[in-house]
Amino acid sequence: MIITEKKPIDDIKASLNESKKIFILGCGTCATLNQTGGEEQVKEMTKLLSEKDIVGTVVPETPCDKRVLKRDLRPVAASLNAADAILVLSCGVGVQTVAELTGKIALPGLNTRFIGMVERIGEFYQRCLACSDCILDETGGICPITRCPKGLLNGPCAGHMDGKCEVNREKDCAWVLIYKRMKDIGQLDKFKAFRKPRNYQISTSPQQIVWK
Amino acid sequence: MSFISSLEKSLATSKFTITGELTPPKSASIEDVLDGAKLIKDDVVATNVTDNPTSRVVMSTLATCHLIEKQTGLETIYQITCRDRNRLALQSDILAANALGIKNILVLTGDYITMGDHPEAKPVFDLDSVQLLWSIKRMQEESVDLAGKKLKTPPKLFVGAAVNPGLDPIEPEIIRLEKKVDMGVKFAQSQCLYDPSVLEKFMGQISHLDVKILVGITPLLSAGMAKWMVKNCPGVIIPDEMIKRLKEAEDKVKEGIEMMVEVVSKIAPMKVAGIHVMVPERADLVAQTVKAIKASGAV
Repeated sequence: MIITEKKPIDDIKASLNESKKIFILGCGTCATLNQTGGEEQVKEMTKLLSEKDIVGTVVPETPCDKRVLKRDLRPVAASLNAADAILVLSCGVGVQTVAELTGKIALPGLNTRFIGMVERIGEFYQRCLACSDCILDETGGICPITRCPKGLLNGPCAGHMDGKCEVNREKDCAWVLIYKRMKDIGQLDKFKAFRKPRNYQISTSPQQIVWK
Repeated sequence: MSFISSLEKSLATSKFTITGELTPPKSASIEDVLDGAKLIKDDVVATNVTDNPTSRVVMSTLATCHLIEKQTGLETIYQITCRDRNRLALQSDILAANALGIKNILVLTGDYITMGDHPEAKPVFDLDSVQLLWSIKRMQEESVDLAGKKLKTPPKLFVGAAVNPGLDPIEPEIIRLEKKVDMGVKFAQSQCLYDPSVLEKFMGQISHLDVKILVGITPLLSAGMAKWMVKNCPGVIIPDEMIKRLKEAEDKVKEGIEMMVEVVSKIAPMKVAGIHVMVPERADLVAQTVKAIKASGAV
């Protein structure tokens, strides 16, 4: 899941600046589950921007999917066209898809934080950096690239204390977790293997996949 | 037999080797650190020169090492971390180190960037310390860089790493030391040690490894410092008795050094190669500690 967080309302108002007619667009998937861009949050935003002229709202099923966005914007085309700017309550992908599809000013209402696991609503943990070269088979199913701040590949640095990370003593040391997990599942031999430097060429942005 | 450095020679031929540590100046002038080098010159075989320690900006390690060696004759151990440079920068600095006459290198991962004075900077960590050791091994043994491209003249450095005997769990640290030794590490300097029983256990656990251990020695200067270290420094275990002695001592620095003399007398018979004495920003105390240890006849 793409984990998002609401931007401070003052920042949103500053970015809307001179725009008077505002269209508010949510996200029916990740941001709905995150409670940052669902029907309720769109309503809430309408109230927070009471000094503006809110010309319409919609919560497309997946604003990051151009085909679905096109379908879900059709019924609101008239009000959307009347807007000076579209405030998008979705991840950065949604904002850019809306801008690309409509050609209008699309502004972010959320900050995109990370790809994460949902423990419960309001409790999200980053688990994947989308590095393009998954090594979870080598590390007991725990990602050191994401969960070790230094992205170490050959075991923990000497900064762990009570199983916690030197960077933040409230977070677990990823490599102590990996060690314990791999010991439990009988994979210590694999833990001991030397892992070569990563190939960053394969994760150079912008990434794209186009089937031939 | 020829040795790359005085440090290598001392580790091979002396009963007990002592190294020190200096921090490059937060300054564009080398003078302050040269004074420190002169203070410890006769007490240590070589001195580490730290690399933006605790992620604070100071003068480049490479330049500091070179100027210390050139102007004081004290041999240096060039500390290199993976935090601030990618694999291109690291390799070019290693080639430069050799060209500047530096003989020893100590490879570290490096403290995380948010711990220092530029917490908003982008951390690098392109390589980890084991991978950097691998690149040095390839440069030295195969005369190629990490891309496999030929080096006209390979570097010839005596290579070390860090180790922390007080970590819990300890097994990942031992595995990591095994990897480092596989990658050409000949000596390892440890985290500050206060409890000889921690080291005794650790030395038993690494007896299969061909690596010289220099035990980290940092005199405690007050009970407050001791408590702070226990709380904040991973793997530092300080017996309560030491904290009590510091509280009661009238001259705390003298007591702190005396306790280190006692620790060294206990660890000297444990198959350790020697000690690594470090007191951040206080070269005078490094000299004082080494002199007290030597005078005691503990080593």
